[in-house]
Amino acid sequence: MWTAVLLGSAGCYLLKLAGLSVPRRLLADRRVRRIAEMLPIALLATLVALQTLTTGMRLGVDARAAGVGVAFIAVLARAPFLVVVATAVAVTALVRLVH
Amino acid sequence: MDSTRAQPAAGDDWPAARAAVLRNAAGIGVATGAYALSFGAIATATGLSVLQTCVLSLAMFTGASQYALVGVLGGGGGALTAAATSLLLGTRNVLYGLRLSSLLQVRGFRRLVAAQLVIDESTAMSLGRSSPRANRLGFWATGISVYVLWNLGTLVGAFGAQALSNPRAVGLDAAAPAAFLALLAPRVRTRSTAAIALAAAAVAMATVPFLPVGGPVLVAALVAIVVGAAARSAPEAG
Repeated sequence: MWTAVLLGSAGCYLLKLAGLSVPRRLLADRRVRRIAEMLPIALLATLVALQTLTTGMRLGVDARAAGVGVAFIAVLARAPFLVVVATAVAVTALVRLVH
Repeated sequence: MDSTRAQPAAGDDWPAARAAVLRNAAGIGVATGAYALSFGAIATATGLSVLQTCVLSLAMFTGASQYALVGVLGGGGGALTAAATSLLLGTRNVLYGLRLSSLLQVRGFRRLVAAQLVIDESTAMSLGRSSPRANRLGFWATGISVYVLWNLGTLVGAFGAQALSNPRAVGLDAAAPAAFLALLAPRVRTRSTAAIALAAAAVAMATVPFLPVGGPVLVAALVAIVVGAAARSAPEAG
């Protein structure tokens, strides 16, 4: 755990520092800009899918899918961040309770 | 920052502008402090200690990367994969720094401090203001306000979740994907960004049975890099 925490933290800080220190020309490259725009979108979408539908190396649908499904409706309704998260938690817990 | 120095205002009312920037900064700080509650809770529910959770918020201080690191560890992924995933999400901060560097004009020690505050919120609150002075104030005020309240929220959330005996039973394992969904939504504004999101997730899911935990996230990153590098003449997003 500590390895991940410290390595990740040091790396993320260096990335921030690099942006302030690197010559501005790099930003002019459209491919660099597009990749930097797309990376968070691709990663966040993947993390949603993975953490809803997988357990370890297995795919499967369980109570989390219901929770995240309802949270998706909350996102579409432009609900605030905490409402979205709380909805997912509450619905998942409810489905487990009923089952 | 240097509010004592009188500056000939170019028709602008600096005290009013300054008050508006500071009000916004405080508001954003409170909102992100609330996100931090859920981060603290999720991280400790995943198995991190309160100390590890707080070190993440103090040292990493970039929300999506923190959630991702915790998510990969929680799924049983290795330390290196978890750190790599958080770095990939942190690459957008390089871009922010590139845009901020000419506005902030920081050198030496101040640059080292400023770097830690380069995040989504401080960048958004700095760019597009009426004067360089307001750009700088927007960055520092938002950065500091978010830093303080993000760390306070993390601490409270971490202790709060520790009080629960079995977080999985109360559905806390659905909190992280829901948080990612909420972070993702404002970034998906066009058909092409939605396509990237779906394609990356689909390709990554297809690799789940064949790769170690955390591997599929790196596959998704590869999809983004290949598509971003290949799309030479694609229309500007927006």
